[in-house]
Amino acid sequence: MKNPLDSILGTIISGLILTFVLYSFVKHFVLAGV
Amino acid sequence: MGIFRWLHILAGITWIGLLYYFNLVQVPAMKDATADGTAAGISKHVAPRALLWFRWAAVATWLMGAALLGPNFGVAFGLKVGFTGIGIGAWLGSIMLFNVWVLIWPNQQKILGLVTATDEEKAKARRVAFLASRTNVMLSLPMLFFMANGLSHKALIGL
Repeated sequence: MKNPLDSILGTIISGLILTFVLYSFVKHFVLAGV
Repeated sequence: MGIFRWLHILAGITWIGLLYYFNLVQVPAMKDATADGTAAGISKHVAPRALLWFRWAAVATWLMGAALLGPNFGVAFGLKVGFTGIGIGAWLGSIMLFNVWVLIWPNQQKILGLVTATDEEKAKARRVAFLASRTNVMLSLPMLFFMANGLSHKALIGL
């Protein structure tokens, strides 16, 4: 499998996915119940 | 505090601006320049200067960010309520600073011939520096998302 970081587009898509994952992590685990 | 915010943003623009320059301009340009035999000028005159501003702007950004957090430094890195957004941004920025000084700069020194290295070591250094730089571009997206956590952003995403 090709490393997504080898292309600019793959890097940007990876960054967007990571943003969503971190946002979900914060909302559902760090701030859960607040 | 206001002056730290101003300096943090100034240094951050310099750092991330050069990061994007490397990834969007210099890396593809080096590929073409190597093909037509003109890469030496970039390696000798452009890359060392860009790397100098890049790595020290990274340090300045982190230090000004730490100063801006002030007594809330531990609260932010501990991802406490009210500081979760900026805390995630601070962690990502810190990882990026680590990448600059531990992975990118030592390997760039080998690539540019500032320290001696065999051809095999240079090839390996090129790949490590490239991936660390691309990792920082990837991390810059969530880093800016979480750091640009103004009032409108708060209303939108509630962090």
